[in-house]
Formats: sequence, C-alpha cells, structure tokens
Amino acid sequence: MRRAEVAAFTVVGSALFGLIFLAALGAPAALAALAVVLTVGAALSWFVRRRYRAWRYLERNEDLIVARGVMVQRLSVVPYGRMQFVELTAGPIERLFQLSTVKLHTAAAASDARIPGLERAEAARLRDRLTELGESMAAGM
Amino acid sequence: VTEDQPDAVPSGEGWRRLHPLSPVARVGRLVPALAFLFLVSTVHSKAENSTAETDYLVVITLVSALYGYIHWMVTRWRFEGDTLRIETGLIRKDSRRLPLARVQAVDIVRPLLARMLGVSELRVRLAGSGSTDGRLAYLADAEAAELRLVLLAGHHESDLALSSNTGLPMASVTPGRLLGSVLLSLVSIILIGSVVSLAVLDEFEPRTAGTVAGFLAVYLLSFAGVVWRRLAGQYGFIAVEGPEGVRIRRGLLQTISETVPYGRIQAVRQVEPLLWRPFGWCRLEVDVAGSTARNQRGEGTSVVRKALLPVGSQQDSWHLLARLLGAPDPERTPPPRRARLKAPLSFHFLSAGHDDTHAVCVTGRINRATTWVPLEKSQSIRRVQGPLQRPLGLATVHVDVAGKRTRAEFRDREVAEADLLVERLSELGRLARTRGRPSPAASTSNGRLAPSGWYPDPSGRHERRYWHDGHWTEHVADRGRRSAEAATPAR
Repeated sequence: MRRAEVAAFTVVGSALFGLIFLAALGAPAALAALAVVLTVGAALSWFVRRRYRAWRYLERNEDLIVARGVMVQRLSVVPYGRMQFVELTAGPIERLFQLSTVKLHTAAAASDARIPGLERAEAARLRDRLTELGESMAAGM
Repeated sequence: VTEDQPDAVPSGEGWRRLHPLSPVARVGRLVPALAFLFLVSTVHSKAENSTAETDYLVVITLVSALYGYIHWMVTRWRFEGDTLRIETGLIRKDSRRLPLARVQAVDIVRPLLARMLGVSELRVRLAGSGSTDGRLAYLADAEAAELRLVLLAGHHESDLALSSNTGLPMASVTPGRLLGSVLLSLVSIILIGSVVSLAVLDEFEPRTAGTVAGFLAVYLLSFAGVVWRRLAGQYGFIAVEGPEGVRIRRGLLQTISETVPYGRIQAVRQVEPLLWRPFGWCRLEVDVAGSTARNQRGEGTSVVRKALLPVGSQQDSWHLLARLLGAPDPERTPPPRRARLKAPLSFHFLSAGHDDTHAVCVTGRINRATTWVPLEKSQSIRRVQGPLQRPLGLATVHVDVAGKRTRAEFRDREVAEADLLVERLSELGRLARTRGRPSPAASTSNGRLAPSGWYPDPSGRHERRYWHDGHWTEHVADRGRRSAEAATPAR
C-alpha cells in the first residue's frame, strides 16, 4: 500500500517539478529536476518496501503479536484481555486504495500497537474479532 | 455520581453540617495570595512615595468570608443507606451521592490555618474517576477521622473494628534523615553551589555578581521552592499498615493522609541516588492505578506515582516491599559482557530476572533504579532490537504496565534469551491473570457486590462465565467464543 502511495507521489511530484522548471529555466533544468525526483522516489519506494515487508502480525489463542521495523525491530505481544479498545482509521490516501489501519490500545502508553494498510474487509474482521476476544478475556487492573 | 436534581429525596432527618469555623479556615486559603498582594502594593507605594492603598484587600477578605459563610450555610451531608450524600450550592445546586462500596480512597488534608483551628478537609475518591469526587471542608478533626474510617469500611455501621486506625507502623522518616537526603539531592547542591559561588564572586567583582544574581534569581527561587516542597511535603512521613492498603501520613504545614491499596499496585521502583549510597539510603515509589473504568476512549485509567518512602534504609524498603508484593527476590543475571559496548555508562548496573509472579530489573547510569513488576499487571511484552544491538546479538525485552512512565526492562540480553523471555513472560502473565481473578462470589461476603464481567467459570467446564448482578449467568466463553450453558445451581 505504501508502495502505491510513493509511486503516486513520485509521478505527481515529477510532473509538477518538470512543469515549474520548464516554465522557469527551460528544458535542460526541467530534465535534471525530473531525474532527481525519480531517483528520490525510487530510493524512497525501496525503503518503504522494506518497511512494508517487515510489518506483520499473528493472531494466537491468547494474544496478538505485531512485529515491525527495519532499523529498529520491534515485536509486541498484546494479550487480548488487556486491550481497552480497538480503533479503525482510514486516512484520505488509505481510502483511495480501499485500505484501513487497525490500532490497539491498552492501559500502558508504550504498548499501543497498530497494523496499517489492511484490506478493508480484513481490517473490519480483525477489529470485530479483537473486540470480541478482548471482551471475553478482559481482566481488571 | 453528580445529579442535577436537588431534593429528589424529601429532606428528612440526619442532615449534618460542616464545622462552624470552616468559613474562617476557607479564608485561610487566601492568606498567601493576600500577603503577596499586600507586599506588592506596599513596595509599589514606597516607590511612588504615596500611602499604600490596601482597602481592596479588606474588601477581598470580606467578600470571601461572606462567600465562605454562605457556602457553610447551604452545605449539608448525611448517609442514605449505603451512600454518602453531599449537598451544596446556593444558586447552582449540587447534590452528590457517593456509594460507599465504590469509595476508593479517603484523604484528609489539613492546611496550616485549619490545623490551628482543629479542623480538617475530607476528600473522597471513588473507583473509576481518579479525581476528587466529594469534599467536605471542613470537619472537626475527630469527626473527620471517624468519618474516614466509616467510609473506608464500606458500611457505616459494620466492619468498624476491621479498620481501626492502629495498624502496624511500617516505616517512618526522621527529620534529620529527611534533611540529609534533601541536602544531598542534585537540586540542593546546585542551589547551594550557586549561592556560595555568587557570594565568592561578590567579594571580588561586586558588579558582575549583581548582574549574575539578577539573571539567576528566578531559577534559584524555583530551585529553593522545589527543595522546600520536598522538605515540607515529606516531613513527619509515616507509613502504617492498614487492612485495605498502606496508609501514609506526611506534611509539615499541610498534613496529607493517603492510602495505597494493595491490589492496585502496577509497579514498585527503588531508586538509589549516587550521593545517598554511602549512607545506604534509597527511595521507594509505587505506581497505583486510579481507576477501574474501561471506557471507550481509553481515558479511564489514570496511574499516579506515589512516594512510598521518601528516604529510608534498605531494610525499611525491603520491609515495605515484602508487605506489598510478598518480597519477590528472583535471581538476577547481568547481560553478556559485550553489552558494555552498547551501554558503556549503565552496564555496571544492568541486571534482570523473573520468577513465576514478578519481574525485577535494575537499570540506571548514575542512580541505580530497581523495578519490580507483578506479571499479573503486565499490559504487553515487547522485544526491541536497535541497529547497535543487532551486530552484537542483543535485544531488550520490555514488560509494560499501565501508565506512561514505568516498565521493567530486560536490557541488552542475548537474542536467544530475549526470544525465550518474550514467550515465558507472556505465558506467565496469562497464568497470573487467570489466577489473580478470584471468584466474585467470594468478594460478596464482605458486603460489596463484585462488578459484572467475565470471570473464571466456577464449575470448571468452561474458561469463563459472565457474572451479573450478584449471580452467575448462562453465558460462557471458551477461547473467545461465546455460547450458553445454564449455570450450576446457586451455592
């Protein structure tokens, strides 16, 4: 999903820069700007791709595992009983690609995990499942 | 709790008033502000060479006295069955009902003037809010103490013997030790150091000293304020063992009594600052969950950090810890030696360990901090590996508890050990949580109804069963899947 985002940004950005430079400085400068934008876009999409691949989750019997990160690798184990509420959000770009983000909240500020870029149906399923599990396994403070 | 319908219950017998001196004690709150205003106007008039105009101070005092008197006139309280009802307000009526079963803590606060008058303010906190829900300012000292016992006992007639005020003293702080500990803190040293160096500078370069002093005045004053607050706030500290929690009394000018309930402790932290170590002193802090409410936006939980022991010996600290957490002392191991490359400044302190119920971690660079976390309270387990840790084959495992600040950190462990820890700790946490939920039927015996919710099934046929309104329902759940099965006949 992030790859699509970056691609979209790159295309729009290069077109914009190309137009501006074409108007201001003529053809050679516009071509150079185009090349720079395309290179940056390619590099970004490589990073984003690695980030995207590192992001994974696993539903287990008693807890949910979310892992993410390339440079700093993080793995959270959140018991269903500790989830206070589950949030489903979709930004404008996510909506464009029919995607949603699921966020889990527990009482601890540090343990909040999120899973971005889920297909809408999958996100809704995950939310419902987590909410149901959370309710039936809820433990007090 | 708050209801906007005054006099829903016909005003009958049993209403009680606050202490007649409470208007005076209320005005006492304004004394510092009034003194400041007086000082400002005096200095101002001196500069202007005119007489001070302090008439408005008299007006302020009179108005606030009148307000206090009206407040006293319209405020009344009484018990209605199992609730404490407080009514107040002349124009905007405010009537509160505080169910005794939900009373979480009762604090007694006595500002200086109130103490001279022999009256105290009573603050009641309910489970599920974390803030003060009801306050009675002011009551006679004896009345406040009695009412506190009644409120904490849950019922205003029975159980009084249970929570008598004569608990075992667990720890106290002598004024000398408190003074020593405050003087040996970083703030005091900066304060004293800068005052001394200013004095020295004044000998040689009076003009520079004046400029520097003017520049630093604000900071020095605020530092002095911090030092003063520590001294005055923790003066006469004493912790007493009570049936529902550790009771703490402290304060020089304003006495504060508070209770740390045993079951709500999320984490305990023992801090040993560098300068205290020659004396073997340490400080003990607890994180206490302020509420049980699980509301939809997650604001329900407030976690407060409280000083359980402002300064004390290792023995005092261990004694308190034994009472609060049962003195967990699992074997602690240091991280592998190569962790020194990643954490050169804190390696000498790093160690961590866990047993079946608690995790213990030591961290810190200059001040050694030991954190105990009951696994039952863990909210999540995290394994984090940064770019510096990866080539060294190290990873850090966090045990998060409610709140923003505290967590147990197994820093810089072997990757294999970290992976094992993640599995072990989440499994132990799960076991501790299931164990930690006794049957709600047991808790009804002391007169309080356990809240509705999912509890371990008493029949043992299913994982959990729904408890509602004092009895088991037919709703059961196994691994998150709900079904229905009739409850076993009432016991």
